[in-house]
Amino acid sequence: MADENKNGKNGNQASLLVKVKAGIKEDVQSLKTDLPAKAKEQIEGLKDPTKTQVYTSIFRHKHDDTPRNRALGVLSNVFLHLHPAKINRDAVRYSYTWGMGGITFYLFMVLTFTGVLLMFYYHPSKVQAFRDVLYLEHDVPFGKILRNMHRWAAHLMVIAVWLHMFRVFLTGSYKKPREFNWNVGVILLVLTLLLSFTGYLLPDDQLGFWAVTVGTNMARATPLLGHEGPFGKMLGMTPYNDVRFGLLGGSIVDANALLRSYIWHCIGIPIVASIFMIVHFWRVRKDGGISGPAPVMLAEEADKPRKKVE
Amino acid sequence: MDWRQLWDIASTPDNVPIVGLIPLLAFYCYLAWKQAKANDELIGELEANPAMAKTHHRKTWPFRPGWQKEIHVWPFLLRIEFLAAIIVTIVLMVWSITLNAPMEEPANPNLTMNPAKAPWYFLGLQEMLVYFDPWIAGVVMPTLIIVGLMVIPYIDTNPLGSGYYTWKQRKFSIGTFLFGFIILWVAMIIIGTFIRGPGWQWFWPGQTWDHNRLIYEVNIDLPDIFGIASNLGKIIFGAVIVGGYYLLGGFVVHALFRRYNPKDYQRMSLLQYSTMMIFMLTMIALPLKMMLRLAFNIKYVWITPWFNV
Repeated sequence: MADENKNGKNGNQASLLVKVKAGIKEDVQSLKTDLPAKAKEQIEGLKDPTKTQVYTSIFRHKHDDTPRNRALGVLSNVFLHLHPAKINRDAVRYSYTWGMGGITFYLFMVLTFTGVLLMFYYHPSKVQAFRDVLYLEHDVPFGKILRNMHRWAAHLMVIAVWLHMFRVFLTGSYKKPREFNWNVGVILLVLTLLLSFTGYLLPDDQLGFWAVTVGTNMARATPLLGHEGPFGKMLGMTPYNDVRFGLLGGSIVDANALLRSYIWHCIGIPIVASIFMIVHFWRVRKDGGISGPAPVMLAEEADKPRKKVE
Repeated sequence: MDWRQLWDIASTPDNVPIVGLIPLLAFYCYLAWKQAKANDELIGELEANPAMAKTHHRKTWPFRPGWQKEIHVWPFLLRIEFLAAIIVTIVLMVWSITLNAPMEEPANPNLTMNPAKAPWYFLGLQEMLVYFDPWIAGVVMPTLIIVGLMVIPYIDTNPLGSGYYTWKQRKFSIGTFLFGFIILWVAMIIIGTFIRGPGWQWFWPGQTWDHNRLIYEVNIDLPDIFGIASNLGKIIFGAVIVGGYYLLGGFVVHALFRRYNPKDYQRMSLLQYSTMMIFMLTMIALPLKMMLRLAFNIKYVWITPWFNV
């Protein structure tokens, strides 16, 4: 600029003022030209949001319809990567699979969601439990549909599990190499029934109370471990130390039983079931995916190693 | 015919799942049977013509040239899963809006419900309480069901019918499973739900549940019929009958299995064979004991000071 102080140290005020003025002028000029240019560029950029940094940080690949992207859509997603990228075209036939395993898992998620919401309104104590359910039914917004949904989804899940087992049996899908996964499935079936059963008591009404009374009375008769069971008395079993006492936390269905079934229902069994589910799904993949529809095998080929026939 | 009574039972909220289960089960049985029939026809055709079997396709819905053998999970499987989730959600929504979950009076240990029923999926076991002592019906049987289901893959040595529906190739295993699942499990649940009324008495569908009905019924024990009075005699008699059932029944099953399932018989190890026998005979024992009770009013077969069977 014009009046620069070449001696350095003793710059006069006038030249400083000039410098500041010039600087401000430059700033104003940049506001006028740079910002609109940048704004224009960025608005231009927003027309294709897939190029923004936020977007590319979330989605790791493009989504135009290419085989590569379809595969990546499954493989790069933590929830979808339970699936392989590609499967046999027959394996999606509904008439073969009935979709019951997937529906069971979906119902489990519905039950977890509605169950967590129900937990906000419920105290597992003798004084509160029944009133909480009444409150939920009559005062909580959408409380009634929440409870209804939880109950019907639970019943539906029991049915879906049975039908899933039925299908797996009818298609011989428990045969080599899936023997172990069938066993995991049997455990999951039992856990499903136990989940449903422990939930039965929680409203603390007559229905649940007597159903659980009938159910746990059976435990009295456990051989060796129940006070009314064969050989139980000989081993010193009484109503106050046998297996039923352990289940109920008492000799009758009361406050402790309510708390125990609440904890089993909301924490204990769901965690155990989740672990078994992880193993179950993992093994479906590791055992070669869904079992069929496979090419039929003829009787004379039964004891020979299997050849690939389309 | 008390239609009101029938409607009351069928429309009890917690019984609705069973009402729904019956047509669902019928539908899926039909679906499985349809595919099994088609597969069996294909198998029959190929087995009759070995030359054809070498080149012919092996699926009832065969691969055609020009088709992709493998398809992408995205979107071809995911769209089905998504659709299934939506349909299930809609079903649940409609069900939850139209039908309220049951809520009865506060729990009251001093007021026994009559009938006091377990949750519907355990009614099969509760029905067994009529015929067996609680330690069998409530503890041993559930254990046997679980263990029995678990050993299935290890005792079914038949390599045929893996991954497709068939009846012809797996008559024995499918027949056994249908007997266990449909007759011993689902049918018992239906009896427990629709037939059993106050006092766990037998009420035909449409018969009014009479809470004051008394049935004069004297159950006797099998040893008494034969005039065996001493405890020791009863122990020995029962052990002979039960042991005899397993021995004789085992022999009959053996004779039939050997004849009609020669290949499986050959393939099975002694351990597999005896495991199958024990579960098979125990399963068959259920309807036999039910018949003894319902037709002849026999309560126990084997009486000991420690347990009764």
